[in-house]
Order: sequence, then C-alpha cells, then structure tokens
Amino acid sequence: MQAQNYDAIVVGSGISGGWAAKELTEKGLRVLLLERGKNIEHIKDYVNATKAPWDYPHRGRRTKAMELAYPVLKRDYPLNETNLDWWASDQESPYTEVKRFDWYRGYHVGGRSLMWGRQSYRWSDFDFEANAKDGIAIDWPIRYADIAPWYDHVERHAGISGSREQMAQLPDGQFQPAMPLNCGEDLIAGRLRQKFGGRRRIIPGRTANLTQPLPGRTKCQYRNACWLGCPFGGYFSTQSSTLPAAVATGRLTLKPFAIVTEVLYDRDKSRAKGVRVLDAVSMQTTDYTARIIFLCASTLNSTWLLLRSATDVWPGGLGSSSGELGHNLMDHHFRAGASGTLEEPRLDRKYYYGRRPTGFYIPRYRNLFGDKRVYLRGFGYQGGASRQGWSRAVAELGVGAAFKDEMAQPGPWTIGATAFGEMLPDHANRVTIDSSKKDKWGLPVLAIDCATGENEHLMRKDMMNDMAETLEAAGVKHVRTYDNGYFPGMGIHEMGTARMGRDAKTSVLNAHNQVWDAPNVFVTDGSCMASTACPNPSLTYMALTARAADFAVSELKRNNL
Amino acid sequence: MSELEQTPVIDRREAIRRVTVLLGGVALIGGSGLLTACENAQRRAATSQAGAGTFTATDIALLDEVAETILPETKTPGAKAAHVGAFMALMVTDTYEDRDQQIFRDGMKQLKDASFMAATPDQRLALLERLDREQKAYGETHRDDTPPAAPHYFRQIKELALLGYFTSEIGCTQAMRYRETPGRFDPCVPYTPGETAWAGHA
Repeated sequence: MQAQNYDAIVVGSGISGGWAAKELTEKGLRVLLLERGKNIEHIKDYVNATKAPWDYPHRGRRTKAMELAYPVLKRDYPLNETNLDWWASDQESPYTEVKRFDWYRGYHVGGRSLMWGRQSYRWSDFDFEANAKDGIAIDWPIRYADIAPWYDHVERHAGISGSREQMAQLPDGQFQPAMPLNCGEDLIAGRLRQKFGGRRRIIPGRTANLTQPLPGRTKCQYRNACWLGCPFGGYFSTQSSTLPAAVATGRLTLKPFAIVTEVLYDRDKSRAKGVRVLDAVSMQTTDYTARIIFLCASTLNSTWLLLRSATDVWPGGLGSSSGELGHNLMDHHFRAGASGTLEEPRLDRKYYYGRRPTGFYIPRYRNLFGDKRVYLRGFGYQGGASRQGWSRAVAELGVGAAFKDEMAQPGPWTIGATAFGEMLPDHANRVTIDSSKKDKWGLPVLAIDCATGENEHLMRKDMMNDMAETLEAAGVKHVRTYDNGYFPGMGIHEMGTARMGRDAKTSVLNAHNQVWDAPNVFVTDGSCMASTACPNPSLTYMALTARAADFAVSELKRNNL
Repeated sequence: MSELEQTPVIDRREAIRRVTVLLGGVALIGGSGLLTACENAQRRAATSQAGAGTFTATDIALLDEVAETILPETKTPGAKAAHVGAFMALMVTDTYEDRDQQIFRDGMKQLKDASFMAATPDQRLALLERLDREQKAYGETHRDDTPPAAPHYFRQIKELALLGYFTSEIGCTQAMRYRETPGRFDPCVPYTPGETAWAGHA
C-alpha cells in the first residue's frame, strides 16, 4: 500500500517538476512526484533512438491516419512517424479554441523535457525590468541578481554548452565548451563583426547538450536525434538529469498515471492540505497529503488545475482572488526570417562531420542600447548554415545516372535564420473552464482565447526584413524572406496565466512563486511568467523552480508554511 | 488488418519490411502465421483507404523501372535494388489524398500507354527527361495559384522516388555515407569534389 502522506507533492514531471523533485528530495523531504501519463524509463524505453531512416515504413513522414488521429498536432512539425507516442492524444485530451491555439503536449514521465529544443539562455535585467519601464502589465517581482545564482546552480547540473560573449542582454553562464560554428557560419559571423561592430552577432547556440561528460551521462555523440531520447544521456531531460538525482536520495516516490483533479484546500488554515488524484487507468480516486505542493504541470495544465481547486471558497479557483488567474497567456511568435546561398569559392572544398544538435544564435539587438523601433521589445534569431542534401533534387531538373550521382554529393552552402519574438502580456488573452466538453477522464476542458496584437505584427516585419539585411550585408546571395504565419501556441513556449508579481491584488504568485492565497502552494512552470522576453524560457523555469524549492524548505524549517 | 495493428511495434516494422520484399516480387519464406500477418500488411499497403484501387505486382514493377530510370544503378545500386517501387505505392496509399492518388494513377496509366515497360533504356530516359521538363514548366506556370494547383504526376513520382531512394539503406549507406553515431563534430573539414554526402538521421 502506497503511503498517502508526504513532506511534499510535485505535480508534473517535466523540466520544472523534475527540478522540484530533485531539489526537495536532496534537501531531505520525502516527495511524491505525480505524472498524469505513462512512465518512460531512461534508455530502456527510447525504442526508436537507434533506428535508421529506412527502419520507418514512411521514412518518418506523416500519414493520413496520423493526421486523422491528431487534428491539432498535424498543424505543424511535431506530427511525424518517429516519436508520435510522446505527443499527447488530441482525441483523449481535447480543448476548446475560442481562437486558434496550437497546444502541443507531452503527457508522460519527463514531459516535453524529452522532446524539447534544448536552447538554453539566461534572461537579463532588460527582460525583468521591461514591464515596469514600458508600463505594460505588472512589474516582475525579481531582478537578475535574484535569479543569477540559481542559473549557476541549474546550469552546472543540467550541462549547458555555450560561449562566453559578455553581452549585457544575454548574460554568460556556467558553460561547458560551446559546440562550434561550422565553416559557413564562421565566415558569416566574421563578416557581421565587421559590418555591425558586434551589435548583430552570430554566436554558437547555447544548448543543453553535453560537450563534457557529467556523472552518469556521456557527452553528446552528434547523432542529432535528441527527440527520440538519448541512449547516451547526452542532453538534459528529467530522465537523464533530475530524476536520477532525486531517486538517488531514496526519498522519491514517482507515480505515473496520476491525474491531479484538484488541490485540496483547508480554508481554516488558509493552506492546501494535499491533492486529489484520479488514477488514469483504474479511474479510482485517492487523496494524498503534504505540507507543501509544487505545481509543475506545464503552463496551461497548472492553471487548469488551479481553476478547478478551492472553488467553494473562490468560484474562479485557487489563486483567482486577484482576477488574473487564467489571464495574460503568452508564447513566442516565430516563423519569420530569411535565408540565402553562400557563393564562396573558399567553401566549395569545405564540409563538416557529425550532426550537431544546435545551430547559431543572434541575440536581441532591437530596442536596446539606444535603438528605438515602432514596437516594444525585440527578438533573437536561431539559424544555421549547411550544405544542401539530396532533397534539393526535387526542385532541380534532371533524371538519370549523372543526376543521381550528383545528388548523392553535398550541394551548395545555404544559411538561414528564424526569429523568435517577444509577445506582450494582455489581460484579454486567457483560459477558462469549458464545462460543456469533457476529456477522456471526465474533466471539463480548457477553453483558450488568445491572439497576437499590434506590437507583434509590427515586430514581425523587422523579424523578416532584418535577417535579409543582415545576410545581404554579409555577402549572402539569393536572399529570400519569409513569414510563414503564426498562431499562439506554435512556439511551444506557452507562458503566463498565473503570473508572479509584487501585489496580491494584481498577481497570482509572489516573488517566490507562492500562491498568494495558499502560501504552501508553489507554481514554478511557465505559468508564473509575467512577460516572455525573447530567449527560450526553459532554463528560467529550472532556475525559478530551484530557487522556489530552496525558499520553500527554509520556510518549512521556520514553520512558516 | 486489426491483427497487424495490434502487433508490437518491432514485429509490425518487420512485417512491413517483409511486405516490401514481397511486393518487390521476392518469395517470402516463413511460417503461416507470419504469412497471414504479411498478407494482411500487404493488403493494408496495397489497398487505398480512399478506394482508389490497388497497386498490383505489375504496378510495382512499373514504378520500380520508372524509379530506376530516374536513379539508375551506377557505381552504386539503383532505385530498384532499394525497392523504391513498393515504397512509392505505400506512400501514395497511406499519405496521399484522394485527388492526388488519382493524379498518380492517371500518370501511371499514361506511362503504361506510352509502352514504358517495352521501351529501351534510352527511350525510357528520353521520355522521363521530357516529362521532367514538362513538370518543371507546369510547376513554374502554376507557382502562385490560389488555391494551390494540383500536382503534376511526374513531380509526384520524382519526389517519391528521391525520398524512397535516399532514405533507403542502399541510398544512405552506399550512394551516400551514414554513421549512426558520429561520435564527434568537426565543424570544418576538407572536402574533395566527388565525395558523397553524409546522410542524416531519421
């Protein structure tokens, strides 16, 4: 019989939940880690990790049957033949789109830490101060100095490779050696230094892939198949990094197939006393109690859970007293940029070996250091240069022997980059409960009502045109711009809906990620974010989670929770 | 069919691999249970869900020869050795919408009507070179159509032949070079013209 009382309960086992479990168990707490989906065991369950392209009947491509089964996932690249088992079923877990919102979810142990893009960047005070300076939404209750030691802490354990650049808008961290730029990228990086004096700078992507081994993990083998799970533990995931650390303490209980239906709230003590768990298989309900609860179920799922909790006290759910729970949903908008061809004789006889699982990054330069645009905030670029492969043959004229042999050789060098832009918080962008629709387990679903605004639309013009200007300045030929369109959610960087703040009247969480209305409940995933900045957010979730766990344990010791 | 759907992943993959062999015209050796599974898989592979008909062994043979003309045996094996015909049939069946399946089938009929199978290698190449120019011109003429224009059948054939060949074991490991685990990253190495490309991961 499994114990029903713990020191701490962590809801969700992805990037944030894994960190909460690790930190809390290492500080001596007995922790119950709840995961709504199946278990995926490190290495053993990475069933496709060593398959070759020809091992897939459709060579990784999508089929009509897959599109029928995944009406949301099919909207973008996540629908494919290689890791379909790791994406949540749209049919079992429907939601209501008041406006189109693409919600790509991972409902299993490890969550999206198994499939994430691994780009890992620190935010700076330009980001934490932006809301206050612009008079947008509310001020972040923390500054870079508050989170910097926690970035140090999580980077050392997770293993982030990157170069030190001394850029105020993208602070350096505790890096392993960077994965270098290839010769095409290096050439262009050099030209940008001449043309833009360091303002527009190509740097190696900072990525949660190891270039040096860590305990229990081998360094990256340059297979570039991370999204299938890594048999070498070469990239950060719950399975490779935080879960083994938590298990090693002997104080972790991991419970898959455990859907938390509500946080149980004790109105007399103004504290949560535990959670109610629906077994996803047996449909049995069990209550578990603990002194502290960490909600790390992912941005929209943690808020969905809060909306269902303590409704006898607050009809809008736990944390709704401010009127902000469910509001200010954000994402990174992207899919705009440019690409072109490197017609450089010196590159004709250059190639590379190994499949590097990252590219280059161009940190934000707009609306910084005196630059002023018609929109607020900015964007960063992720890109890469490479020699074209056989797929160039589709568009080229040719059939027959010479054509075949030519297409088996590397083609011309190309380079391109896509911008990831900041999306402003807006109270009108929100999620609510739609009681008219139930998921497979009988829970009323989320209704999502979210759209980009004028600021994003203005920014997208720069996102596209700036890259063309940058590439042309560096001598890139045949530059082509694109804006492939964007709907919220596509960035898979959903943030907000339970924001941190300085005032219980305008925010759901305080500076330590505590729910104002229930101080022993901490929300440390993307839902806590008060703005999105433009760098990828996961590293910040890790740091905020570790910071909140440290605070929670010290408050427990002081009997404040 | 349901029997196949419930087969564990690895068995199902093996079954489909064997079907590819079967569709390629090679005799299958195995127990009756496996044969049943494979016959089911063959039906699944060969039966269009949209009811656009089936791919017969003759169809697969035609597709093999067309693919072989596009990507012939040179110093490395060609498309036929990589069973590209069966792959094309599977992809048309499982991934093409009804309209596109019909275009593909109509295209196959045109090739049959042009006596492709009876033609000499030089005649085959000349025919496909003409069709290739035709499809490219068609694509350029209709590039900006809204809604997007229906594809030219030879574009479909060429695309599937290229995909099928360059992601096959022969394509990856013989026509190109493949390392499942490269082990390191060299960002800049000398390249001598004529050397083949490194194939990507799935």
